[in-house]
Amino acid sequence: MALLRVTSPHAHGPMSTPRVMQQVLLATLPGIAVLTHFFGFGTLVNIVWGGLLAVAFEALALKLRGRELGIYLRDCSALVTAVLLGIAMPPYSPWWLIGVGMASAILLAKHLYGGLGYNPFNPAMVGYVVLLISFPVQMTSWEAPRGIGEVPGLLDALRACFTPGAFDGVTAATPLDVLKQNNSLLVDNLWASQPVFGRWGGLGWEWANIAFLAGGAWLLYRRIFTWHAPLAFLAVLALMAALFYDGGSSASGGSPLFHLLSGATMFGAFFIVTDPVTSAVSVRGRLVYGALAGLLVYLIRVWGNYPDAVAFAVLIMNFAAPFIDHYTQPRTYGHRKPQRSGGDE
Amino acid sequence: MRKIFDFHGGIHPPENKHQSLGEPIRDAGIPPQLVIPLSQHIGAPSTPIVAVGDRVLKGQVIADANGFVSVSQHAPSSGTVAAIEERAIPHPSGFYAPCIVIDCDGQDEWLPHRGVENFEGESPGDLLELIREAGIAGMGGAGFPSAVKLREKPGATVDTLIINGTECEPYITADDALMRERAADIVAGADILRHIVGPQATLIGVEDNKPEGILALQAAAEGTGIEIVVFPTKYPSGGEKQLIEILTGRQVPSGGLPADVGIVCQNVGTAVAVYEAVVLGKPLISRVTTVTGEAVARAGNFQVLLGTPMQYLLDLAGFEPGRNQRLIMGGPMMGFTLTDTAVPVVKTSNCLLAPSPAELPAPPPAQACIRCGLCAEACPASLLPQQLFWFARGKEYEKLEQHNLFDCIECGACSWACPSNIPLVQYYRASKAEILQQRRDHEKSEQSRIRFEARQERLAREEAEKEAKRAARKKAAEQRAQQAAAADASEAEVDPIQAAIERAKAKKAAQQQAAGSENEQEKLEKAVTSVRKRLDTATGKLEQAKAEGSDLVDALQTGVDKTRTKLEAAEKALADYLAQAGKAPSAEETPATPPTMSAAEAAIEKAKAARAAEAELSPEEKARKQLESLRTRLAKSEKRLQEGREAGEEDKIVNALEATVERLKEKVSALESELSEAENG
Repeated sequence: MALLRVTSPHAHGPMSTPRVMQQVLLATLPGIAVLTHFFGFGTLVNIVWGGLLAVAFEALALKLRGRELGIYLRDCSALVTAVLLGIAMPPYSPWWLIGVGMASAILLAKHLYGGLGYNPFNPAMVGYVVLLISFPVQMTSWEAPRGIGEVPGLLDALRACFTPGAFDGVTAATPLDVLKQNNSLLVDNLWASQPVFGRWGGLGWEWANIAFLAGGAWLLYRRIFTWHAPLAFLAVLALMAALFYDGGSSASGGSPLFHLLSGATMFGAFFIVTDPVTSAVSVRGRLVYGALAGLLVYLIRVWGNYPDAVAFAVLIMNFAAPFIDHYTQPRTYGHRKPQRSGGDE
Repeated sequence: MRKIFDFHGGIHPPENKHQSLGEPIRDAGIPPQLVIPLSQHIGAPSTPIVAVGDRVLKGQVIADANGFVSVSQHAPSSGTVAAIEERAIPHPSGFYAPCIVIDCDGQDEWLPHRGVENFEGESPGDLLELIREAGIAGMGGAGFPSAVKLREKPGATVDTLIINGTECEPYITADDALMRERAADIVAGADILRHIVGPQATLIGVEDNKPEGILALQAAAEGTGIEIVVFPTKYPSGGEKQLIEILTGRQVPSGGLPADVGIVCQNVGTAVAVYEAVVLGKPLISRVTTVTGEAVARAGNFQVLLGTPMQYLLDLAGFEPGRNQRLIMGGPMMGFTLTDTAVPVVKTSNCLLAPSPAELPAPPPAQACIRCGLCAEACPASLLPQQLFWFARGKEYEKLEQHNLFDCIECGACSWACPSNIPLVQYYRASKAEILQQRRDHEKSEQSRIRFEARQERLAREEAEKEAKRAARKKAAEQRAQQAAAADASEAEVDPIQAAIERAKAKKAAQQQAAGSENEQEKLEKAVTSVRKRLDTATGKLEQAKAEGSDLVDALQTGVDKTRTKLEAAEKALADYLAQAGKAPSAEETPATPPTMSAAEAAIEKAKAARAAEAELSPEEKARKQLESLRTRLAKSEKRLQEGREAGEEDKIVNALEATVERLKEKVSALESELSEAENG
């Protein structure tokens, strides 16, 4: 009788990388639904078209690198990148804009560095920033939300994507934009004068943020990631907003609640900052990483040149992740203090 | 209520313990043949003290402990020693190792044995000796000799004795069954261990998934002061370091022992073995082993004699192997696969797991690490497995050590948790082995470097000494020449009175020189005799070497030739001097050759006689004789070398002599070890 000879452990847990990715995809559904409700089918078209392109680019890159397509495509990581970038891009983006974004994310940010697990920067955010810098006009025109403008239907959305010249949507400044431009009105007056602010964080935006928060909470419950990075991120962002709220003067940066429920805050906290590949590895490291990302988001939103800042903040923190790892190595069992890695001390 | 601490990480794999707990412990009985490996523990293998064909009784010592970290082995049943040979043993590498094979006669006849009536009257040292003689080694898995673990460490006071009844690995229920059925024996064993160690607290730690065992232990420990501590189930809380943290909040320092934080840990199975050894006088000859997995029809726990072939045990449990059958000794997390069902049950065999392929499927191909950190969350040593994996793949051994690779206990929690199915533990094992090999290599090269440098230094020193001597001689010669020149010069330009004085002085000097020349002659004669003597000995040695057919002949021949040249030179110098001095060569020089010849002949005769005598001796005596003669030769050569060095002989000769001495030394040591082996065998 031939006996199988393998080394321990012989048992394996239920978790698998494709399942992690699938659960992340599932958790984005509420947010996508809310975005679709308030801004129309643009986001969905972004995701579907972007997803097709991303998988195609992934397959191409794998083929060029001589990897087996089956096992690597099945990990769903390209799809996750596509969905995250599709959500981040303005709805009704033209097909080529989505194409450039996906190519930057999958080919440039991911496979040039060695594929899944080896990329130092978050692929979706690299794609987003490449587009934002190269095509600022297209990347900053958001459709007006339901309640202010008429929301285009599915056919309009498809037309907007594939025959960009023929589509003429109604765009409106986002709440973060409006607050940034304001230099004369008290926050309360500004709020009253602009219907775009909604109740707490912007019409449509507040519900999208709550939906992403719900999705993130579910992922936390499923133990896909730990609370450390997202919570530190949100806490520092809220703390900064509270410190510089300034009683609601015309120079105010906006209330903590506004910052938590506006722009890409919750999406960033639970779907971008939590990207394990590009963040710090230890528990303490993830606390520091999240906190500094939150700080950067506030700094850029209030004093920087861009209305929202999650992509830049995360990319800068990606740079800092190895450095944070170096100083946050945990104390091993039986050791008095953590041993710092690296011979550069 | 005692405070329970938590340890970092840990996982909750399916426990799968109920399968083997359906029935009480079954007696596996006596197999036709028992195979007792000489090494069932950590440390030196024991030494067999029985011979093939001997009849042995149950409980009889068949192999003695060999050294401090070792235990003895006993016959688990009565029978005849069938063989002492290499057999397959349960080891991850599928090793063959020396075993004593006993054909059982089925009578199970005990050697008369008696326990200690009142252990409290015995000294801890005596009890430790008893435990050692009973062959008890840790039964939880590692198999470290218990007596060594229990012995007092200098400078460490033990305040807590922990009995480990955690059994955190899935599937295994051997300790659970013991706790259910033999709680009183566990408590009695713990009591004896407490007497030996003398702690302030004695704790029995049990996971909360063993309620029956806990109840039984609590009942048995009533009023003994031994505390049963129950804590939440989590793998690997049964690891010694983890259990210590759970029960005391202390961490064993890295590279240290539990005794360093005042703790001694023993398994419940070991406690029972100690009870049986001390109170009943029974050595460790059987244990409880779980046989489980979907490939066996009747899973359960067996009281099984050590040395019982696994196949026998598997048959009892109704084993039906499937395709790609795995057979694991130990649990699914840390156990290793067996490659042969003939391997015996040993002291550390707590479980035999025969899973179906569906139960523990073959690992799927590994995917990329996404640094999700689930491994770091699971790691009970607070390591960063994903970083270790990264460094292991890059063979960055320095980084691995900085990230405390050697604190990894290989529990497998990280691999279990990894969503990408990366065999992390395998990477760590391989890296550890690699680093240890590097350390060994480094040590070796360091040693040879030191040796080489010492040799270079010695050669340089000797060269410098020689150089200094040469310089001193040269200086002395120059001085003499200068003095002579000065004397000549002064003679040329002195006034008559001075000249007269000088003349008188010169006369005196001439007289002195004449006396000196006498000395000179003596010196030369002495040189001739000494060189001749040396030639004699050298020739004798050469002849002897030739007679013996030694490989030194060539070296000796060169030595003889050189000495002969020297002798000729010395004789010539003497003759020249004498001719110069106007004296005829003295008569004593003429018989120079005959004594040499006779000395050589005598040596040959002697060598021949010695060989003839040797031929009549037994091989051992011959060897001893040879050793003696070698030793004499060695002493002679060493003396000769010493003389040569002192006389400032040529480098070549000194080197040749050194080589001879080295070779003789080697021969002597080889012969010595041969002799000692012959005597011991």
